[in-house]
Amino acid sequence: MNESFILPLLVFSPVVGMIVLAFLPKTQEKLLKTVGLLGTIPALVLAFIIYGAYQSGTPLADFAIKYGWFGILGKGEPFSVDFELGLHGLSLVLILLTTVISTLAALASIHIKKEWKGYFLLFLLLEIGMLGVFAAENLILFFIFFEITLIPMFFLIGKWGFFEKEKAAFSFLIYNGIGSAVLLIVIMILMAKTGTTNINELMTILNSPEGALQGGGVSTELKYGLLISLLVAFGVKLPIFPLHTWMLRVHVQAPVSIVMIHSGILLKIGAFGLIRFGMGLFPEQFQAIAWIIALLGVVNLLYGAFLAFIQTDLKMVLAYSSISHMGIVLIGLGALNEAGIQGAIFQVVSHGLISALLFFLIGVMYERVGTTYITKLGGLAHAMPLTAGFLLAGALASLGLPGMSGFVSEFMAFLGLFKEMPVLAAVGAIGIIMTAVYLLRAVLNVTYGKAKQSYAGIFDIKPVEMVPVIVLLGFIILIGVYPNVLTQPLQLVLENILLGLGG
Amino acid sequence: MDLETLLGYEWGIMAPEFIILGVATLLSLLDLFMGRNRDRRPLAWIGIAGIIAAIAFLVGMVGNDVTSILADTFRLDSFAIAFKLLLLVGAGMVLLLAMNDQPKEGIEYRGEYFYLLLTGLLGAMVMSSSGDLITIFVGLELLSISSYILAGLRKRNQLSNESAMKYVINGSISTAITLFGLSYVYGLAGTTNLKEIFLSFSNLQGNQELYILGIALLMIVVGISFKLATAPFHMWAPDVYQGAPTPVTAFLSVVSKTAGFIVLLRLVVTVFGNVPSGDEESPFLLYRLQDFIAVLAGITMIVGNTVALKQRNIKRLLAYSSIAHAGYLLVAFATLSYFMFDAIWFYLLAYLFMNIGVFAIIQVISNKTDSEDISEFAGLYQRSPITAIALGILILSLAGIPGTAGFIGKVNIFLGAFMTNPAHYVLASVMIATTVVSYFYYFGIFTQMFFRPAGDKSKIQLPVGVLIVMILSVVGTIVFGLFPGIAFDFLTSINNFGDFVN
Repeated sequence: MNESFILPLLVFSPVVGMIVLAFLPKTQEKLLKTVGLLGTIPALVLAFIIYGAYQSGTPLADFAIKYGWFGILGKGEPFSVDFELGLHGLSLVLILLTTVISTLAALASIHIKKEWKGYFLLFLLLEIGMLGVFAAENLILFFIFFEITLIPMFFLIGKWGFFEKEKAAFSFLIYNGIGSAVLLIVIMILMAKTGTTNINELMTILNSPEGALQGGGVSTELKYGLLISLLVAFGVKLPIFPLHTWMLRVHVQAPVSIVMIHSGILLKIGAFGLIRFGMGLFPEQFQAIAWIIALLGVVNLLYGAFLAFIQTDLKMVLAYSSISHMGIVLIGLGALNEAGIQGAIFQVVSHGLISALLFFLIGVMYERVGTTYITKLGGLAHAMPLTAGFLLAGALASLGLPGMSGFVSEFMAFLGLFKEMPVLAAVGAIGIIMTAVYLLRAVLNVTYGKAKQSYAGIFDIKPVEMVPVIVLLGFIILIGVYPNVLTQPLQLVLENILLGLGG
Repeated sequence: MDLETLLGYEWGIMAPEFIILGVATLLSLLDLFMGRNRDRRPLAWIGIAGIIAAIAFLVGMVGNDVTSILADTFRLDSFAIAFKLLLLVGAGMVLLLAMNDQPKEGIEYRGEYFYLLLTGLLGAMVMSSSGDLITIFVGLELLSISSYILAGLRKRNQLSNESAMKYVINGSISTAITLFGLSYVYGLAGTTNLKEIFLSFSNLQGNQELYILGIALLMIVVGISFKLATAPFHMWAPDVYQGAPTPVTAFLSVVSKTAGFIVLLRLVVTVFGNVPSGDEESPFLLYRLQDFIAVLAGITMIVGNTVALKQRNIKRLLAYSSIAHAGYLLVAFATLSYFMFDAIWFYLLAYLFMNIGVFAIIQVISNKTDSEDISEFAGLYQRSPITAIALGILILSLAGIPGTAGFIGKVNIFLGAFMTNPAHYVLASVMIATTVVSYFYYFGIFTQMFFRPAGDKSKIQLPVGVLIVMILSVVGTIVFGLFPGIAFDFLTSINNFGDFVN
């Protein structure tokens, strides 16, 4: 049986929704929102079909496709670029995450107040970009999808965001523009030196002794240069400590549904890129700078945690908490052993789910109370008991309560690092304690205490709003209790990575 | 030369030029005999018909062997065909814009508009086919003089007069510098024929001659930089772009710039491409001088992109943006890579669509409000969503975002820059850094169009000519962005300019 049509169908399925939306009148709020939500469904269904097929034994390689696209010296010659999509364990997991969070974010878009048509058109375009990033088997294609996420985000932040939205949009654009510019340079150098942009071919050429002749231009120094450029490019996205300011603005100013996507998936592209390209293409060099990455991870973890502690805006607390949690990803990657890398990937998925959940709940609260400042909140447990309860659950997941996904990832990442760099890991462990401190401080201040008078007449979370919460919590607990759902597809990827490192 | 040799030439290869010449003459006669108050707009269609016919003849000649007539002064090779296609398509689109140009004070001399555009085009076409310094210079002057008049076509408008004046003065100085450089070349070679110059320079030995040639090269590049609007001769661009009628601005920024690159490639590669440098490491003089060109390219990109940040007038903004784009093109030239011709040709193709399209929309808006301030774009999305999205796509292409032709153009240039040995990392980094800077002003236009409310809520009507141009440019931008294979296949079919020097 030939499954190869499913993957392109999956990536481009939001187009259907976009076409339908284009023909709908601008003013039909309900209809537009429904169509926007339905537009994300096909991708979700297809993603789970693929996962099901994979579980029942179809190898992931069966889903790969390849068409000749264009060649600067003619198709098939060197310097040609093919349209090729493919799957491996890591991308499968991230595509699942993307489709789930996209659908839930579309559901969370009920809080959008204006110009629903434009909003959902951009939203679906953004989804295509994210899916494509994970499915691309080719650097040029990867870059194209990477940039497709950039443009809709600029508009979504700049038009539907909060008070300082335009500033946030430009900040997002310029930082990420620099990141992708650096990435483009890396891609072009690789293409110019080797004549191909296919990721697997590049892995072979760059890592085999005969390949060193073939890609004669890629010297060891150049490899270090390229790897550090990649670290900068994806470091902006992740974000790594000094490159993070844009991300705070986005978290505070963007509409909540978009922050769910941004913090749930877009940040993960940084981690994905580091694993797939940083480790995949330059394993030896990555090994040599692993301690820097682990160090950056610890810095991220502590910096984010300490600053999260003094924030007055709940959104800022979560923004810094994202920085802190991305530090754990770096720690896991820096450890460079099985436990560490597995922990990093788990953290990518787990943080995606948890931050989507927390931001969704913030959106629910903001809808009713009109503020996210901790000082102006308090006693929400009286007015909105369910919301407050879910918020606490989300916070517990985030601080790594055993039985939830956050615990598994943090545990494994630190396990990995303790094996390699115990001192650094010991310093980093302070961050874990800080996480508990700042999250509980923020959440308890919001939920407990006397209810404010302004709460009069507000109602608790609606059933339709419960759907994302329940789904996300379900996944979080599932991964926490039975991590094997992730370990199994990732097994092969991990083996390959470790093989590359060992060889 | 007797009549028989004259008749014996294959005049057929000049058919596109003859058609343009004929149509220009016809239009000027019609203009002369038409009543003073008659509407001259329909004349544009005659011009467009002529351009389409010329394109048809040109396409018919694809794949021919290199032919040259008139004692090697006029040659038709794949380079000439490919670049003439760009010129013709660009000029045709400008003509459509000129037909619909309707400034507040009206246009007194619309007839001139059409045939001067055609003579300018003719000059550019002659340049791309010339095999002799004299024909190159004649073509250059024909283009320049037509452009000088075009810039001042809004006779009662002060800015337009200023623009024409500045253009003439700067233009004459730059032409003089070019000519000075060419005179050294003639002095050393003793001939004006490019082919003979190429041959005679290939065994140049003495060091003194090399110094003179080096100076000649720099003078020629500096002189031509006027047409390209690159440093050091870029200062005219903002004033002239602002004052000239919008279609003329489009003509200057696209057709005239393309002509500049044509003459740059023709002259520099044939005259200097074969000069031994007397140095073991870099065998050709051109390679020793490429750093100078790279510096010029770097300055151009930095100046264009940073000064554009401060502009409020949309035409001035695009003037600086067009300076920046010329800088990117100069990067492709400075690297002297295997992909140089392909990269420049493709970038000019992408640039043609995106830039003329943007000017088309600017023309409609500035005609309507008589203002070119960037705030006139506020709320364009509410007033006319289609126009706003079209302009959005074109600007994304200018910014080099994937999915558009502008991106593929940049990819080509980068590829060239990294392929050479040693690779041009610094130059490419400057290019990418300034590209990111350019996001500020390009996306600033987006802020106006999509985020700000409209001051004037009236709908925008696109006249038919502008509409055609807009559709063509958006389609071109997307098609060459998503399926660049079409263009690359064309380049492969003409053997990637393999017959440029033989």
